[in-house]
Amino acid sequence: MNAAKESPMNDATRLDERFTALEAEKRPALVTYVTAGDPDFETSLEILKGLPAAGADVIELGMPFSDPMADGPTIQKAALRALRGGQNMIRTLEMVHAFRRQESHTPLVLMGYYNPIHRYGVARFLKEAAHAGVDGLIVVDLPPEHDDELCLPAREHGIAFIRLATPTTDSKRLPRVLENASGFLYGVSVNGITGGSAPALQDVERMVGQLRKHSHLPIAVGFGIRTAAQAAAIGRFSDAVVVGSALVEGIESAETRRGAVEAVHGLVRELAAGVGRAGKP
Amino acid sequence: MTDDTMQPDADGLFGRFGGRFVPETLMPLITDLQAEYDTARKDTEFQRQLAYFQRDYVGRPSPLYYAERLTEHFGGAKIYLKREELNHTGAHKINNCIGQILLAKRMGKTRIIAETGAGMHGVATATVAARFGMPCVVYMGSADIERQQPNVFRMKLLGAEVIPVATGTGTLKDAMNEALRDWVTHIDETFYIIGTVAGPHPYPAMVRDFQAVIGRETRAQILEKEGRLPDSLVACIGGGSNAMGLFHPFLADEAVRMVGVEAGGKGLETGLHAASLSGGVPGVLHGNRTYLLQDEDGQITDAHSISAGLDYPGIGPEHAWLHERGRVEYVSITDDEALEAFQCCCRQEGIIPALESAHALAEVAKRAPTLPGDHLMVVNLSGRGDKDMMSVAQHLGENFQ
Repeated sequence: MNAAKESPMNDATRLDERFTALEAEKRPALVTYVTAGDPDFETSLEILKGLPAAGADVIELGMPFSDPMADGPTIQKAALRALRGGQNMIRTLEMVHAFRRQESHTPLVLMGYYNPIHRYGVARFLKEAAHAGVDGLIVVDLPPEHDDELCLPAREHGIAFIRLATPTTDSKRLPRVLENASGFLYGVSVNGITGGSAPALQDVERMVGQLRKHSHLPIAVGFGIRTAAQAAAIGRFSDAVVVGSALVEGIESAETRRGAVEAVHGLVRELAAGVGRAGKP
Repeated sequence: MTDDTMQPDADGLFGRFGGRFVPETLMPLITDLQAEYDTARKDTEFQRQLAYFQRDYVGRPSPLYYAERLTEHFGGAKIYLKREELNHTGAHKINNCIGQILLAKRMGKTRIIAETGAGMHGVATATVAARFGMPCVVYMGSADIERQQPNVFRMKLLGAEVIPVATGTGTLKDAMNEALRDWVTHIDETFYIIGTVAGPHPYPAMVRDFQAVIGRETRAQILEKEGRLPDSLVACIGGGSNAMGLFHPFLADEAVRMVGVEAGGKGLETGLHAASLSGGVPGVLHGNRTYLLQDEDGQITDAHSISAGLDYPGIGPEHAWLHERGRVEYVSITDDEALEAFQCCCRQEGIIPALESAHALAEVAKRAPTLPGDHLMVVNLSGRGDKDMMSVAQHLGENFQ
């Protein structure tokens, strides 16, 4: 393997510790996505607080945005539900705070688009996010060409900047993508938007293999993964499996707030059993 | 001093505006596009083809017409209209579409997508797609489909598939989101023809270059007619491509004043407008940093205008830069002012302007009377108003019975 091109973080972070622990357990991480404030603040907080017990190893929490151009209809609608319920950046950071008061081991990554952070102010956002206990950021519309904006400042606050590698990220492009990546790598399994069609297993395995040649970071795979069986299959060769739209659909179709909480936690338990079966050599 | 004509830099930045704020999936595509465009623009064969289609297919050069009656009516500045509404498909939009489809062909792409607001860019894209034999999908907000039925039918006649976008507010920004989603899903074969000077680099600079034919012609035409450069240029701005096309070849001429006219909707004070520079703050959307209509949480807010083509919550990044540099003056015109100028142009000149262009004419109505008779003012008549008959009739309380 190449020497790690990523600069190491100063201290062992929650993300590092979690991936190291899972490596010892010889199983992949289950990464779950829900949008903050979907369907409302209280329900969303209850969903968030119950995720570790249901089996989520790493939590991605969406920062809702009015114009989510990389997301499919499911996550678009979740963002609109959250915004209509009064969700905003202040409340999203409040949710993280509330979560951290009861849970200090499960890494939490905020995911979304740049504009709400830009508007909040990068310095203010990073200071408050670090204080609230955010471990990493995934900002879909900030490619390495704009690392000065948020990626490099985030590192100074001990917040990882997680990069997406996609099927269009060829060997010429990959070094640029990995240059300032930290936390883990997010391999996007298909070209397209979230909640799309299931990826072809052999393509995903090839992509993960390719990424491993160039990086020591744990490799997560996401986009189009919905079931415990898929999670188990992909988890055999990846370090983490990300499930988002399938969980958000549970919220969308629930008739009551209680139903939404149970739908998400129920599916997370199934998925956790799936990755638990995905023992690695 | 920074040279306004030499922007953007290698990263696609006009000062702090512009850039390439796109998902990783799209980065290799826009890098390829940029490389291809850099080669094509220096390729004499590409330039020859472009000139051929602009002349024999689009109908260029468009006339620079001395609007004698409007000049008399306002009783001040000498007014010239740059007649972009006489182009094939009835607006300036085709200048850019011809350029981009020639690039698409060079790159071996086989499928065209576009977003449209008023439908003029959609029609122009459907037109060139038909001419070059490529399938074409146009995303259009469902609210815009309602108010621009004739253009929807035109696109269908031209063989394009028009996909209604009901998400968000069902207008241009949502159509652009959906086109971007299509693009990340069908990257190999698809070329995205963006209709304005926005989006990730190289689009703002590329679209500007294809539209700059407007300003280059204007320059030659006014020199021929008047023996000197104009004193002022006026153009309407949604994303800002017709304005950028007119302004850019004059940026180095310090004596030429430039006025960009945003859509003031029901008035800036009502919050119901599309004036990103006058009523917005900098942010990041659709691949670039620019002035955006947004709330305190960074959520994009709805734009409002009688004119679907100006109904966009952002503006091209080069305009944001020229605004902050003070090189171009940006103002806004309300729906009512635009409607009045629309009727004035119909009656004084026998020209039915697009509601978009009527915003520029309304600014002329304010300025021209205060200026001396030797002040040469060029107005970009960016499109014709046939598409706006229903909206105008509705606003004027007329019916077609």
